[in-house]
Amino acid sequence: MKRFAQLIHEISSSTKTNDKLDALVRYFQAAHDADKLWMLALFTGRRPKRVINSTRLREWAAELAGIPLWLFEESYHSVGDLAETIALVLPEPVQENDQTLTEWMMWLAKTGRLEEPERKTNIVEAWQSLSVNQRFVFNKLLTGGFRIGVSKQLVINALAKTYGMESSVVAHRISGNWTPDSTTFQQLVLSDEIDTDASKPYPFYLAYQLDSSLDELGKPSEWQAEWKWDGIRGQLIKRSNEIFVWSRGEELMTEKFPEYQLLLHHLPDGVALDGEILPWKDDAPLPFNLLQTRIGRKNLTKKILQNAPLVFVAYDLLELENQDFREKPLSERRDNLANLIENAGHPVLKLSPIVEFENWEVLTKKRQQAREVGSEGLMLKKLDSVYKVGRKRGDWWKWKVDPLTIDCVLVAAQKGHGRRANLYTDYTFAVWDGGKLVTLTKAYSGLTDKEFYQVDSFIKKNIVEKFGPVRTVKPELVFEIGFEGIAESKRHKSGVALRFPRMLRWRQDKQKEAADTLENVKALLNTTA
Amino acid sequence: MLQFNENGIYCPDGNFYIDPWKPVGRAITTHAHSDHARPGSKHYLAHRDSSAVMRLRLGADISLQTLGYGEPLAINGVKVSLYPAGHIPGSAQVRVEKGGEVWVVSGDYKIQPDGVCEPFEPVPCHTFITESTFGLPVYHWQPQSLVFQDINNWWRQNQSAGKVSVLCGYSLGKAQRIVKNIDLGIGRVFSHGAIFNVNETLREAGLDLPFLPKVTDGFSKKDFEGALIVAPPSVGGTTWLKRFGPHSLAVCSGWMQVRGNARRRNVDRGFVLSDHADWDGLLYAVKATAAEKVFVTHGFTSIFSRYLNETGIQAAEVKTEFGTEEEDTPNTEKAA
Ligand SMILES: [Zn+2]
Ligand SMILES: [Zn+2]
Repeated sequence: MKRFAQLIHEISSSTKTNDKLDALVRYFQAAHDADKLWMLALFTGRRPKRVINSTRLREWAAELAGIPLWLFEESYHSVGDLAETIALVLPEPVQENDQTLTEWMMWLAKTGRLEEPERKTNIVEAWQSLSVNQRFVFNKLLTGGFRIGVSKQLVINALAKTYGMESSVVAHRISGNWTPDSTTFQQLVLSDEIDTDASKPYPFYLAYQLDSSLDELGKPSEWQAEWKWDGIRGQLIKRSNEIFVWSRGEELMTEKFPEYQLLLHHLPDGVALDGEILPWKDDAPLPFNLLQTRIGRKNLTKKILQNAPLVFVAYDLLELENQDFREKPLSERRDNLANLIENAGHPVLKLSPIVEFENWEVLTKKRQQAREVGSEGLMLKKLDSVYKVGRKRGDWWKWKVDPLTIDCVLVAAQKGHGRRANLYTDYTFAVWDGGKLVTLTKAYSGLTDKEFYQVDSFIKKNIVEKFGPVRTVKPELVFEIGFEGIAESKRHKSGVALRFPRMLRWRQDKQKEAADTLENVKALLNTTA
Repeated sequence: MLQFNENGIYCPDGNFYIDPWKPVGRAITTHAHSDHARPGSKHYLAHRDSSAVMRLRLGADISLQTLGYGEPLAINGVKVSLYPAGHIPGSAQVRVEKGGEVWVVSGDYKIQPDGVCEPFEPVPCHTFITESTFGLPVYHWQPQSLVFQDINNWWRQNQSAGKVSVLCGYSLGKAQRIVKNIDLGIGRVFSHGAIFNVNETLREAGLDLPFLPKVTDGFSKKDFEGALIVAPPSVGGTTWLKRFGPHSLAVCSGWMQVRGNARRRNVDRGFVLSDHADWDGLLYAVKATAAEKVFVTHGFTSIFSRYLNETGIQAAEVKTEFGTEEEDTPNTEKAA
């Protein structure tokens, strides 16, 4: 646990990707296999269930710290993170503890099954034996809120570097349905044996926003264009006579989409499709927020299924007859895909249509119609491209219609003027830069009065610090910011300045982690020049 | 005996202010930080070790009277004396007495001796006016020897990784504490111009500090290899850092205790080192004065005063205009 806590500390305090990578490699070199497997599980979102509700945890922490509950709450309000607050308010540990991460995970599972009084005894004892850094990690595990500011790709790269493997191989091996109980580190990462996990998806190939002129792409005849759909990117798999659906976040979502079970007898076995999960009616996609009404629901009622019927719009074929197709050129994959879908002959499975064009001018014009067909732009893919792993430049590009929107996190606010003099209506927004939020722009308008009241009340409850009239706010709310232009600027800390920024909408569906990165923003510099 | 008005903390009997934020006739200054020592007053009174920096910052020609710790002075029949606050060189608590009633204004203070300034000394009083910058039970300082062990290790690691170590701390107080406690055997140490000026002023005034050359164009990249640079926090993210080539940037501040603050500072390392008292330190100071009544100023005023009230010490919060210096706020950079 010491080593794991040290890893978390190094990762969360370093600002450079290379330092994080080095920390991960050091961990993989030093830790025991069992701990490495748990570490991988935790870093890839395979979190254990929470052991205790946070109300009890606060009470016990305040009690052990010898402070009243309200003072604990004030501390929490200021720190902004429950696990960290508990770690900081508790007295110094009274004994040492050498349990490994794996032993702690066992401890968690066991403690979760105990009656409350014993659970409390166990937890208090643990607190008294852990350092501040270890307590922080321990509390994160207890509350089931374990998230790390490290991309899965970085973990993959670190594993690849440690063991001298191809990162695409690592990516495939650690994806899928495994848990630390179902495999070993050796079996999962290092073994060449054929996998028995029928559901295992392929890592997705992701595109960057086009940042050069079309002419630089070369001959139009070497490219294929499709609409870029605004749904959920997904992978539809049929193996061992079962259908599996994976989201881009590599979350198994089969149960959320019962419609796709209809395809079970229409698809051959050993097939993996890449495509878009979309609500669809009468030959056109329905707005994205209809899809949102379904996600997060435990029970899908008839009404929901009727209002937001789903189709799978396929655009790539990753596996056919149990064979990995990813190294074949796109043109060949596409032909096989078209065949497959025609043979399936089921309205739930559609082929993403190709947008025909003879030259780049025609394509530029067609892009203007993207909104009309319910898409958010175009995808450009090279006809001879293989299906790569992760976000890569060169062969695939997304070319969105209106690139001048970004999702930002609200980080500071100031009161407005006149009618709104008592409301926080002037906001400062930030985007991510290497795990940190960097201030990007201010915006004042674009919300309804009701939204302003809601945001204002959030701000008043979440003020972090005061600087004159400005209040820094706990970063949590995400807004889509629209703007008319973007230029480089030495005066701004972010290095860019936006023209006419305004709030397009409050993205209540988004977590702050999902906001744009400075890299995304800077990529827009070239497209709009 | 003391009142709070729009100019600051006022003593009507003695007709003087303590750390006024507006220009007044007579100001007693607890220490030379900019939120406590403000320009424009006719006469100043401060501790002897504060005078050099006050003249550096407020002007050489200010009218300034100085006292040593414990030396009494009568102002219009009010007995005034200064006691060590342990915050920065020359920092003082102000003790005010008339007709057997005693008030003490803490200014900024810390309990742990720092090896640079006279350590904090609790002064028994009836009424205590305390700061509360870190008045939350999440703030607990490690002994400074442990923090400097970490800093020394970080410096050595940077050396072996071929990086220059840039260590940021407020130029008055923190910088001298770093210089005085760092292991000078590890490598060369340079100072940023702002810190150089303060250091030299203090050295001339008799403070025992090693001489640190200023980072100027006279030195080349080669000279900085393996070195430690002591700089104010404002250098973060500026081109000033470019001259060192590969470097690691660290900040010393009590705010580094909380991860979120450390992240927002955008530095490679945060060392938890403060010139203010931590939670236990504040409670210790309040209790050691045996004060019947406590006024709580800059920091977590409402929280700390509520807690004192609940533990049987009569307390009230006071709005002041203190708390704008570097150490007083979690972010150097004021929100854009
Ligand atoms: Zn101060
Ligand atoms: Zn202060």
